[in-house]
Amino acid sequence: MIIYENIRLALSGLAANKMRALLTMLGIIIGIASVIAIMTVGNSMTTSVSDSMASMGANNITVGLQQKADEEESTEEGLQFGGPPRRETAEDEDGFTVEMLENYCETYRDSIQAISASEDVGSGQIVEGSLYANVSVTGTSLGYFVANSIDILTGRFFREREFDDGVRVALISDLAVDNIFGGDKETAVGSQVQVNVGDKYYSFTVVGIYEYDQSASGFSSSSTKDTTTQMYIPLKTAKELTHTENYLQFTVVTTTGVDADTFTETTENFFSPYYRNNRKFEPSAFSMSSMVEEMTSMLGTITLAISVIAGIALLVGGIGVMNIMLVSITERTKEIGTRKALGAPNSSIRLQFIVESIVICLIGGIIGIVLGVALGMGLANLLGTSASPSVQSIVLSLTFSMVIGLFFGYYPANKAAKMNPIEALRYE
Amino acid sequence: MERKKVIQLEDIYKRFYIGTPNELQVLNGISLTVGEGEFVAIVGQSGSGKSTLMNIIGALDRPTEGSYYLDQVDMNAAKDTELSRIRNRKIGFVFQTYNLISKTNAIKNVEMPMLYAGMARKKRLERAKELLTLVGMEERMHHLPEELSGGQKQRVAIARAMANDPAIILADEPTGALDSGTGRMVMDIFHRLHKEQGKTIVLITHSPELAEETERLITIKDGNITGERSGRDRQ
Repeated sequence: MIIYENIRLALSGLAANKMRALLTMLGIIIGIASVIAIMTVGNSMTTSVSDSMASMGANNITVGLQQKADEEESTEEGLQFGGPPRRETAEDEDGFTVEMLENYCETYRDSIQAISASEDVGSGQIVEGSLYANVSVTGTSLGYFVANSIDILTGRFFREREFDDGVRVALISDLAVDNIFGGDKETAVGSQVQVNVGDKYYSFTVVGIYEYDQSASGFSSSSTKDTTTQMYIPLKTAKELTHTENYLQFTVVTTTGVDADTFTETTENFFSPYYRNNRKFEPSAFSMSSMVEEMTSMLGTITLAISVIAGIALLVGGIGVMNIMLVSITERTKEIGTRKALGAPNSSIRLQFIVESIVICLIGGIIGIVLGVALGMGLANLLGTSASPSVQSIVLSLTFSMVIGLFFGYYPANKAAKMNPIEALRYE
Repeated sequence: MERKKVIQLEDIYKRFYIGTPNELQVLNGISLTVGEGEFVAIVGQSGSGKSTLMNIIGALDRPTEGSYYLDQVDMNAAKDTELSRIRNRKIGFVFQTYNLISKTNAIKNVEMPMLYAGMARKKRLERAKELLTLVGMEERMHHLPEELSGGQKQRVAIARAMANDPAIILADEPTGALDSGTGRMVMDIFHRLHKEQGKTIVLITHSPELAEETERLITIKDGNITGERSGRDRQ
């Protein structure tokens, strides 16, 4: 009951002194708002990163080449973030030979479910009169479709014979079908398309249409008309087009139950001997699951670091609250004396000022949370990820602001409680 | 008729700065008994020790020596929290400067001692309204202190002093900040409370005229009671 009265009293006190109340709360508001904003952005980024990585297959191990010694840049073709492929100087002769892969498959037959190799032919356009669709032509092995979840809407996957013989068949996206065939998938399957890649025209037969996964493509923003989608062709066909024999990169799909992290190391160790004499490159393998872990822990560290800074802001805010509380009890010395004369025990006076301090901090905290969530969602939208304010951080912030109120309110409140009533009454 | 003794002061000494070269003895063995229903004035010049005496009577301070019983309770034996409780239940303070809590309306001010006494909200409100009506402030119950005149503020303060039906009302220069007209009105309220409700009132003042109105007039000088006689209010 006394608590309720004290809360009411504190609120009316704040209402009577709005400017001061706002300035007092400002430190808390800024502190809490930044904590919440950072946590919201951090959370949504972690979620989106791990989601997109998981969709690529957490059990997959990607094996590529990495430059030896001083240069750290890898020769991987930038598949992990959907950014533009980086052209490095790894030549075909540096790549993994078919022989190596066969050996590898043979050695670890029990651990490997499939090997997915791909060959990037290049970007181009499917052209049909005045209609076009931007595509990135990628040669794929049979294992590619095991490693990557691709849904066929109409038609079929490549046949084994088509992989073996290098037949000119293609899988195109539903988006490309929209652009070329006006969305008519039935007509599209079986028809011949002209593809322009690097000044050359090639003719392919469409055998299937897969569903374009917008979310996996990351930060694409242009209209669907110009969106570049993958056009899959058999690996051997692609090798013929690029006049190469070896593989600069491939993905291993491990059988369930195999620890991806350990197998990553095993894989790297397997290929290392082949590259002992290569002056420029060495094999490098990494698993998606370790990537996800790494990214999550990195984001976690960044979030923590910024949260610590925000925590310092909160500390400063708390000191501000203490300062104002000290000013406030000095101003209200006579009131404190009067209350004591009217029979308020020290504990009541202490409670009154602690409640006041907690109320200030809680209101500041609530305003901070609202601002922080708004800010966090705005930032997350700007980054193209979906924002998810965490209930946990909101509860934590509320608790934390209450603790700040209690901690920084206790000293002034205690000072007020211990005032000598006679001196307090005499205070002008 | 033997009256019940409300205030019993015996051989009260009060010294300040004890043990230092400028040790100061303010009260030199004061003995005073006030019976129930008395209206007593304590008169003295400033520096006479009357404020110190008031603080001791009001349980805000303890005597250095001597015993004090308030309503049969030994105040020397009471701990600080008990003194708070005694101030709350047995003493009603009226100050020269009103001492209403600002930003809190009249009714909430009157409710305050009852709040500390742990009275239920509804009962508090009822009693506060009753008391404000008693002092003629029923029209301004929801006004803030800064919206009230001096006389009105003092009437609210008197209502507040009455809140827990105390054994004594301790009024320290209650008309000191008022003009003679409103001062008169405030004094009339004290007289009414005394006559109609049988309240024990201790009035501390430096004004001999006001003191004359009471039943009993005690003069204090240099920490000693130098004179005691009946006032014209003596029944």
